[in-house]
Amino acid sequence: MAEDGATAPAPGFWRQALRIAAKDLAIEWRSREVLATMTFLAVVVVLIFSFAFVIEGTRPPAPVVAGIMWVALVVAGTVGLARAFDRERDGEAIRSLLLTPAPRPAIYLGKLAATVALMAITEIVLTALAGVLFSASLGAVIGRVALLLVLGTIGFAAAGCTFSAALLRARGRDALLATLLYPIIVPIVIAGARGTTQLIDPIAPDFDGARFWTQFLFALDVLFVTAGLWAFEPIVSGD
Amino acid sequence: MNHVDAAPLRLSKVGKIYGGRRALAEVSTTFEPGRIAAVLGPNGAGKSTLLGILSTLIAPSAGEVRWGEDRLGRGSLLRARIGYVGHDPGLYGDLTATENLTLFARLYGVADPRARAAALLARVGLGEAAAEAPARTFSRGMLQRLALARALAHDPALLLFDEPAAALDPTGADWLARELSAEREAGRVVVLVTHDLAAAAVADQVVILRRGRVVFDEARPGGFGVEAVRASYDTRTRPAAREANRG
Repeated sequence: MAEDGATAPAPGFWRQALRIAAKDLAIEWRSREVLATMTFLAVVVVLIFSFAFVIEGTRPPAPVVAGIMWVALVVAGTVGLARAFDRERDGEAIRSLLLTPAPRPAIYLGKLAATVALMAITEIVLTALAGVLFSASLGAVIGRVALLLVLGTIGFAAAGCTFSAALLRARGRDALLATLLYPIIVPIVIAGARGTTQLIDPIAPDFDGARFWTQFLFALDVLFVTAGLWAFEPIVSGD
Repeated sequence: MNHVDAAPLRLSKVGKIYGGRRALAEVSTTFEPGRIAAVLGPNGAGKSTLLGILSTLIAPSAGEVRWGEDRLGRGSLLRARIGYVGHDPGLYGDLTATENLTLFARLYGVADPRARAAALLARVGLGEAAAEAPARTFSRGMLQRLALARALAHDPALLLFDEPAAALDPTGADWLARELSAEREAGRVVVLVTHDLAAAAVADQVVILRRGRVVFDEARPGGFGVEAVRASYDTRTRPAAREANRG
């Protein structure tokens, strides 16, 4: 039976996760299908709110800018998450993936990493646009805002990837995903928007308050990623 | 060579219940290496469920599957020794044939994934042009060839086929029959689930399921042939027709 396909010991957990993430990003780099849609939606949301809230010559209040950024992030992210497992569903590639020795949690982390990477690219555009349109004071606090965004994205994508996998074969999964996901991610959006507000307040930025929300987001990330790692196996193996 | 490579696959009173509906009941049989076993049966007989259990993707509700000394359960690490060819190709349409094979070879820990991909593409008759084309541009026959190459990427000891001949033209069906024979010669355990009695003619063990139960299980070294398969199938799955013919 021996052929040229001699196998070495199965690659380690993190290498498997990285390969799955790299596969998703390579496919997306080629098609730019999901990234283009996410970025387009984020830009449209920001533009619509800017027309509604920005009065010429004035700067909108910090809570409004923060709210717009996080709403745009959630809308764009939902589109990305709805497509997260599409390529696994088409042609039943998920079955081939599940038959490999890659641990289920590594598959989950690979999908999560790719989703976070795509959302991060959208966030760069989103943050730049918000800075220009709302004259937001981002320069001095960009690092802290970026940390909030990344932590919020990880928690959001962790919960979203879990639900997206659960809805892999469901009809009307796009609508179901939003219905299931949004109540769960309310704490993330509140923490992200409050933290961002405190950071970009042009008069009195509250760094201590922002630090609290950053830590809160980190705790939510630990919770959602742990739950995702634990739930992914029974979800994808469900029979 | 892995310790399961030359071991038979033994099913002992395997059952599966989905939400109160029985899909399989007390299925006991043995699939030997170097033999093609065809699992036949009408719609709803439990063929695909059986294949799901053998592939470790579905857990049995009762009984057990042993591969050599090891128990084959859902998520078992022995899945790394299984190759699966379904009626869906199990491939990423946006990746090229080479990229698909390289990806899966890497996930299985194959020592030289690119060389393995090239060798497999040559083996299944997909030329250089096809190798660099996205899988979504492939015809049904080409997809099935690529699916077989993907299933062989890690040199599995157990090969499972679920309706592999569905939608294949006669040339493709002939090619598939030759490949099945080649896998038998290679000493793998080959289990083929199909509706197509002609595709099952190459088998040297036929298991017929009806309403989740084994109603026929016989091995004939050297192969059944299409007439013998058809006769066994008709006898075991169409009792009413049989009675009418007798009358």
